Parts: sequence; structure tokens; C-alpha cells
Amino acid sequence: MQPLVELENVSKSFTLHLRGGLRLPVVSGASLVAHPGECVVLGGPSGAGKSSLLRMIHGNYRCDAGRILVRDGAEPVDIATAEPRRILALRRGVMGHVSQFLRVIPRIGALEVVAAAGREAGLEAGAARDQAAALLARLNLPERLWHLPPATFSGGEQQRVNIARGFIAHRPVLLLDEPTASLDARNRTVVVELIAAKQAAGAAVIGIFHDQDVREAVATRVVDVTRFAAQAA
Amino acid sequence: MTPLLSARGLTKLYPGGRGCREVSLELDAGEVLAVVGESGSGKSTLLSLLATELAADAGRIDYRLRDGTVRDLLVLGEAERRLLLRTDWGFIRQDATQGLRMAVSAGGNVGERLMAVGARHYGNIREAARDWLERVEIAPARMDDSPRGFSGGMRQRLQIARNLVTQPRLVLMDEPTSGLDVSVQARLLDLIRGLVAELGLAVVIVTHDLAVARLLSHRILVMKDGRVIESGLTDQVLDDPAAPYTQLLVSSVLAA
Repeated sequence: MQPLVELENVSKSFTLHLRGGLRLPVVSGASLVAHPGECVVLGGPSGAGKSSLLRMIHGNYRCDAGRILVRDGAEPVDIATAEPRRILALRRGVMGHVSQFLRVIPRIGALEVVAAAGREAGLEAGAARDQAAALLARLNLPERLWHLPPATFSGGEQQRVNIARGFIAHRPVLLLDEPTASLDARNRTVVVELIAAKQAAGAAVIGIFHDQDVREAVATRVVDVTRFAAQAA
Repeated sequence: MTPLLSARGLTKLYPGGRGCREVSLELDAGEVLAVVGESGSGKSTLLSLLATELAADAGRIDYRLRDGTVRDLLVLGEAERRLLLRTDWGFIRQDATQGLRMAVSAGGNVGERLMAVGARHYGNIREAARDWLERVEIAPARMDDSPRGFSGGMRQRLQIARNLVTQPRLVLMDEPTSGLDVSVQARLLDLIRGLVAELGLAVVIVTHDLAVARLLSHRILVMKDGRVIESGLTDQVLDDPAAPYTQLLVSSVLAA
């Protein structure tokens, strides 16, 4: 079976020009693959570069060296060199991302935030709305909040909106950055079930999970990111 | 597919060295491109060049017409160029008094653009104008009022209606929300964002406000001293800026 995501010798550092050109190495020579149905968990202590790696796969951070191949149907696309519009197309149809914090357009209600993500991924308006409602209900977000903008929600409530956005459409690649960090046990269990359903549907999941129990429940493999620790130049 | 708009090596220098140097960009249908930079970076000059309101010293601007043919706007005949700008393009200006005809009623401002593309039936023109005023949240009762009596936010919304009534494919925007109160700005941004997505418009928006760029655009160009110093996916450039100047711009924004 062909991998859906393949990182080959990926390196990244930040150069802080406002700090006299200080170079902050992030990862060096990172390689990993994720196949359909797998949940690859990125392990390692805080600061090891786990989130940066996920952001690089999503095209949010640049990649200095190496290749990041994400398969779009039969075609592998190298995120490290792809045109912006190619990356945007992949985000619509191929890879979903649940970030650590919800970052949404202000003034839009939670249900609409989630439904809009569904429409962007190609769902028809009615279906997007129905599925958004079903997901928010499953994630136990009180219905009285559905039409309010999430900016005023608690951390856990915002994170559930964020998860619903990431899970509403079926995309073959799912990138999860601490999706359960601010959730209670009941909602953590829901997220574990949602991840398992995506895997069963053939998605490749790459994620960072702080909680030991969640990690054990979802991981098919753990990749220790400290292996890719970059050497300061 | 050929891009909708493709500018190559656009240059316009003013005495003293300000202006716009060898700027190239491409835009597809439905794409929103933000041009950011500080005053004097050349971003407004670039927009005037794209609008063919300024004559370029060098470069070309290829535009794909509705029939699929690609023409260099800089060598297009005057009549053809003007028709294109009036029908297939919009230009939303920071100063609404330059984008509107202040002596003409709100409805007239919208209807005028329709007449320019050949609409003649008074009732139909008025109906379309009323429809567009409603879409930009201007009450039909204000249709016969002069924009002189409108607030800044209303004038900008009227500009939007005037520009979009002919169903353009490309809209240029020059700081459309600056100078407005923040609450008015927010409402206008929501309106622009909704219309751009709904109508699938291609947009080049010049702004000094990185939050506006993040909210509206897919891609971003950062300009300094007349040149494009960094470009790419909007969230990538704002979250992982590479050029020293872009890092300075991004780090100068106060998070509210």
C-alpha cells in the first residue's frame, strides 16, 4: 500500500532577523510515513518540534530542505515546493488540520463555522449544516451555544468546535495537534471514537496527543521526534 | 489554464526613486491576493498600474477576456480598455468620493454602471439598483438620496454595489476599510468576505492591515521600496515570515 504522507529528510530552522539573525533549529533529517488507516503519533518532549512538523505538512510553516509528499489521488504533491494554490486545493480536498487553538473569523456562530468548513471541503450546504449539528451534538456542545461566535467560549468548548471543523468532511489525511488537550474524559472518548472512525474509513492520521490514555487508544505507531533534533549551526 | 491576470515586470518610477520596480504577479479566477507594506512601499502605485490608470515605464499586463483570448492591457485600444474596466473590472477606492459620483443619487451610482454596459430599460435598471443596495445593506428608502449624506461605511458599501452590479470577474481594492471606525470596519469586512466567496471574484486588495490580509486573502505579496520582497500562501507568510522586513511587520502588530 502506498503511503498517503511521506516525509523525506525534512529540515527546518527559524532565522530571527530581529534578534541579530539568531538561528533556531527545529528539526533536521526528519523522515516518516503514514499509510491509509494508520494513526502515527508524534512523541517527544515539548519543544522537540512536533507541532512545527505538523504545520510543515499542512504548509503553514516552510520547509528548508527535504520533501513532504502528500498524495492527492494518484499524484504525490511535494508541499515543500508546491504552489500556494496547490496547497490550498490540498487543504480543501485532501488534508484536514485541527490546530491547538481555534482561530476563526470573528462574528460567526459555532454551527456556521463548522458548516462552512464542510462546504469548503465540497459538502452541499444542507448536508454540511446537518453534519455540523450532528458533530457538535456528539461532542456535547450545548445547543444554546451553536449560534454564538466561539470567541467567548471556554477553552474546551472552542476546542470541540475546532475538532468538529476538522472532522466534518472526509479527507484522506488528518493532522491533529493536541485535539484533546482541554477536554474532559467524556469528550476525550468521543474524539478517540471519531479518530478510529476516520482510520476505519481509510484516512491516515498524524497527531500529537498529550494524554497517555488517548495516545495508547489511538496510536498504531509512535515516532519519537527527538530523533530528528536539529543541531544548532 | 491561463491565469485571469498576469503582470510581468511592472515598473513605474517617480522622481526621487519611489514607485514600483519589476513587479510580477499572477491571479486565477476566484483568488484573493493581498498586497501589504507600509506607506511608500509602492503598493498603491502597483494597484494604479494594474488598473491602467498609470502608464507603466516597463512591463505588461495580460488579462484573459471572457471569450478566452488573452490581451496585453497596456497595448489595448482606448475604447476597448475602457469598456473592459467598466464591465469586467471593479475598483473599490479608499476614498469613496473618488469611487462614487457624489452629485448623483445612490441608486443612480449603481444604475450608471449598468447603463454603461448597455442597459436602457429604466424600470429594470432601478430594480437592479434597488436589489444591489439591499445586498449591501442600504435601505431602499435611501435610494434617491445623495451619497453626500451617507456615513463613511455606507459610502463604501455603495461603492461595492456600484462595482459589483455589472458582475465583474476582477475587483481591485485599495485600503477599502481604513479610516472607518472599527465596528464599521468589521461589518464591511464581513460583507466583502461574503460577496467575494459567493460571487467567486478574483481580488487584488492593497492593505497595510495584516489582519485584513489574513481574513480575506489566499496569497500575499509583501512590498518594500517598490519591490516584492516576499510572497506566498497568506498564513505561511504571516506565521513563518522569512524576510527581515516581513518579520518586522508581523512582530509589530498588537494582538487584541
